Amino acid sequence: MFTRILTSALFAGAAAGLIAALLQLVFVQPVLLHAELYEGGELVHFGGDSTVPAEQDLGGLSPVRDGLSIVFTMMIYSGYALILVPLMALAQERGARIGARTGLIWGLCGFIVVHFAPGFTLAPEVPGVAAADVGLRQVWWFATVLAAAVALWLVAFGRGWAAWGPAVVLLAAPHLVGAPEPEVFTGPVPTEIGALFAARAFGVGMAAWVMLGGFAGHFWARETAGRDAAAQPA
Amino acid sequence: MNVQSTTATPSRTGLLGAGIFAALIGLGMIVVTGHVQADTLHDAAHDVRHATGFPCH
Repeated sequence: MFTRILTSALFAGAAAGLIAALLQLVFVQPVLLHAELYEGGELVHFGGDSTVPAEQDLGGLSPVRDGLSIVFTMMIYSGYALILVPLMALAQERGARIGARTGLIWGLCGFIVVHFAPGFTLAPEVPGVAAADVGLRQVWWFATVLAAAVALWLVAFGRGWAAWGPAVVLLAAPHLVGAPEPEVFTGPVPTEIGALFAARAFGVGMAAWVMLGGFAGHFWARETAGRDAAAQPA
Repeated sequence: MNVQSTTATPSRTGLLGAGIFAALIGLGMIVVTGHVQADTLHDAAHDVRHATGFPCH
C-alpha cells in the first residue's frame, strides 16, 4: 500500500513540480528579480517623483540559482502529493471516485488550502517587503492551511449544515483573528511590482496544483485499477 | 502483471498506516524545503519560497 502511494505521489509531484518550476521561471522569476533591484537599493522608488524606468535589464537565466529552484519546487510538490494521495485513497475507501478528471477538482482545492487561504491575509511576499517575525508567520501559515484543509473536507464530504457551518468558521477564523503584521511599512519595492508578484504567484500556484491533482488522480486510479483487475477471477 | 491477488481491497488499517506514514514524509519535505530557516537551505530555496507564498525571511 505504501509503495503504491509513494509511486503515485512521486510521479505526480515530480511532473507537476517540474511544470510549476518552469512556469515560475517564466512568469514569477522576472518579477522577483525586478523587485530585488529595489530590495538591494540598486533602484530607488519614491512615490510620484520616481524617474526610474519601469523596464529594467534583469539578466538571463542563472543555471545554479534556477536549477536549485527547479529541484526545490519538485520536492515541494512531491511533498504535497504525499499528503494528497493518501487523502484521495481515504476518500476512495469512503466511496468517492478518484481519477484524472476528479483529480482536477482535488487540485483546485489543494491550491485553495495551501496558497489561497493563507495568501488571503498573508499575501505572497515579494522580496523586500516589511513583515513580522518569520516564526510567527509560519505558525499562522500552518494553522490556516490546516483549518482550510479540514474546512474543504467538511464541505466536500460533510452532509448538511452540521458540517458546513464549522467549515465556514474554519475558513473565516484565521483571517478574522489576523496574521502577524509588521509594525511599520518599510518596503522599498513599488506597489505595482508587489501586486504583479502576488497575482503571478497565485496564478502559477493554481495551474501547478490543478495539474498535481490531475496527475495524482490519474496515477492513483491506475494503481487501484491494476489491483482490482488482479483481484478479479480469471 | 500486478501480483496483488490476496485481497480485493486493502485493509483499512493498512491504508491508514501507510497513508499517515506517507503524509508525514510529505510534511517533512515541505517543512525542510519551505520553512526551515537554516542559512544554506534558505538561500537555496529562496526564490521558490517566495514564489510558492511561504513566509520567507
